[in-house]
Amino acid sequence: MIRLTWRQFQAGALVALAALAALGAVLGATGSGMADDYTRGLAAAGGNCNDPISQCREFREAFWQEHQYGFLGTILLLLLLPALIGLFWGAPLITRELETRTLWLIWNQSITRNRWLAVKLTVVGLAGMAVAGIAALLVNWWTSPLDKTDTVDWPRMGPLMFPTRGLAVIGYAAFAFALGVVVGMLVKRTLPAMAITLLVFAAVQIAMPMLVRPNYQAPVSESMTYTMDNVDDLGLSESGEMHMSTKPPEAGSWVLVNRTVDSAGNPVGDFIQLPAEAMAGPCGREAKMEDCVAEVNRLGYRQELVYQPIGRFWTFQWIEFGIFFGLALALGAFSFWWVRKRLV
Amino acid sequence: MSPVLRARALGKKYTQRWALQNCNLNVPAGRVVGLVGPNGAGKSTLLNLATGMLTPTAGTIEVCGGRPAADVTQLTRVGFVAQDAPVYTGLRVRDHLDLGRHLNPAWNDEIAQERIKRIGLDPKQRAGKLSGGQRAQLALTLGIAKQPELLILDEPVAALDPLARREFMQSLMESVAEQEMSVILSSHLVSDVERTCDYLIVLVDSRVQVAGDMEELLAQHYRLVGPRRDTSTVPADQQIISESHTDKQTTLLIRTESAVLDPSWTVTQLGLEDVVLAYMQGSKSTREERPQLEVLR
Amino acid sequence: MIEFHLNGRSGLSPYQQLVQQVRHALRLGLLDIGDRLPTVKEVSQQLAINPNTVLKAYRELEYDGLIAARPGVGTFVTRTLADASLASHGPLRKDLQRWLTKARLAGLDEESIEALFITTFRGNAGEDVA
Repeated sequence: MIRLTWRQFQAGALVALAALAALGAVLGATGSGMADDYTRGLAAAGGNCNDPISQCREFREAFWQEHQYGFLGTILLLLLLPALIGLFWGAPLITRELETRTLWLIWNQSITRNRWLAVKLTVVGLAGMAVAGIAALLVNWWTSPLDKTDTVDWPRMGPLMFPTRGLAVIGYAAFAFALGVVVGMLVKRTLPAMAITLLVFAAVQIAMPMLVRPNYQAPVSESMTYTMDNVDDLGLSESGEMHMSTKPPEAGSWVLVNRTVDSAGNPVGDFIQLPAEAMAGPCGREAKMEDCVAEVNRLGYRQELVYQPIGRFWTFQWIEFGIFFGLALALGAFSFWWVRKRLV
Repeated sequence: MSPVLRARALGKKYTQRWALQNCNLNVPAGRVVGLVGPNGAGKSTLLNLATGMLTPTAGTIEVCGGRPAADVTQLTRVGFVAQDAPVYTGLRVRDHLDLGRHLNPAWNDEIAQERIKRIGLDPKQRAGKLSGGQRAQLALTLGIAKQPELLILDEPVAALDPLARREFMQSLMESVAEQEMSVILSSHLVSDVERTCDYLIVLVDSRVQVAGDMEELLAQHYRLVGPRRDTSTVPADQQIISESHTDKQTTLLIRTESAVLDPSWTVTQLGLEDVVLAYMQGSKSTREERPQLEVLR
Repeated sequence: MIEFHLNGRSGLSPYQQLVQQVRHALRLGLLDIGDRLPTVKEVSQQLAINPNTVLKAYRELEYDGLIAARPGVGTFVTRTLADASLASHGPLRKDLQRWLTKARLAGLDEESIEALFITTFRGNAGEDVA
């Protein structure tokens, strides 16, 4: 049965292998060069990387800009990969046998339904997880210097990066595969099954960071005073409307709430309205930024931050993997029941 | 030997309609059973129930003494060649034999290899490139080399040209002679069934109309042609299957175990096709609940 | 070795046709004592018919003493019907020709003659060994 499953699966497996090889070749060729560039450039730049106007900071931003397409490309790849596995390996697993009617051939050999399904699910499911794992490994290796640039727009804990770093991808692949198989069993036709699998998977992937992931552990709340190091966005209009935000204490954390509150603890809304004295003095046109920032602090404004710190990255990765793998197992169990009762 | 197929009040319902109703069968072993009836009568449904591809909505079915597809032992007892002989189009002929060999404990590889050679199939050929007749022979090889107690075939030759059809049936009969194997084959082509089968099941309108030894059954069915009369005058032991009347003449298709003594009838025996047609017409008129008033040719 | 053929349009069942063809071959001298008949498997394969049909035909011929099965070796002819050569039926033939002339003079057409003969013949069939 293993041999048969492998033979049926051969074409798909070869495509995946070729794609992985291509990915490995491209990333392999450029990766170590990129890493070297980074370490050399960083050494050459020097300065305090936390300082917003340092050479170090400048270098990092330039470095990221230079490789941003590769960066975004690999993120897109890893976001799509589990969906592709679900669509092309999961959905057709059963539907093809229904559509070509080979089910009537294989179920009448001396093999039980359970064994048949178990082998198919295991062989192709594990293959899917392996492909996701290898792709994630390659990409994570390649982007590690870029990750070190700590761009605020792309925090590692954040909803766009988190799914593509660590081992969550493997969980997604397992889930997407199992989802494809079950949808295929219910719908019984390949193309509709693929479409529905894609929709459901996308919906889950959107719902997770919005509803579930923020609650894996209670997020950290902090009330921060402004310093030159942690100020992120700063905008000041002629009429004294000031907009401030800060970076989280650890770069890469996932910021859930980032708002300015006044001395009484009330959120200020879109901007702080600075009093005239401030505009005349510390925040005037000739004044230095540090003085203005100090003035804002003195006036009692604070930045309220609710975030998931980067330190929890691996904890969250394991939780996420566990949830998706658990869902995959549950779907798998359901598929055994469905095959027995109602497939044909 | 226990019956090869036993059904009690077997029924299968799809969402709206009953595909098979109140089916009672007791098919002895060692026969070649012909399952005949029009398209949509329920033949495929019955065969799918026998192989365990479907589960009954009502009643029970037992094949070779066990519940269909209950466990590996049961699965080894029954072989199946589905309609249109499905095969894995991407796999080669020898891959199919491989799969038979690994998934069937009772597989006889000699038989399989010898058949493939005799049919002239290239083991390296991809199954998708085979002709309809070759595919059917491949599927038959898989069924036969498995050495089942019962081989079930669902309309195996319906889509084949006459030569391929003849070769397939020759193959099948040879295997029946060689192995101690019961066969159930369904067809709406009656001529093949008449040659090859010695037990008959007639399925019309989702019900079993008649089932039994082929020769006995055919000997019990007659066409009676005579002067116009009321059917209530017909003796009770003559079961009327279908009737038609003109102004002067009555034609009855009957089943009886005793002789027809009324000299005003012209009595002829019926061939299998006429028997099936009779049950089809009879079934239709039962549904419409109207006496047939047809003008004969 | 004898080769069988089935005629779908004859009024006889397949097994009756097989029996008839063996008897015919014996009568014409095409099969002689000691000749081997094809195996059940060979006949079923060649004609695509049920092996039980062939078995039944062979069993009937065996019951009539015309053939005998030797296990492991084959089925062989043990008696011929060629002794009753057609030549010795001269008087019968002449009687038949006379009857036919009488029937035609009586005004019967071809079909009526045939019908008369068949019904009378079949009516008598139970009395002799077919």
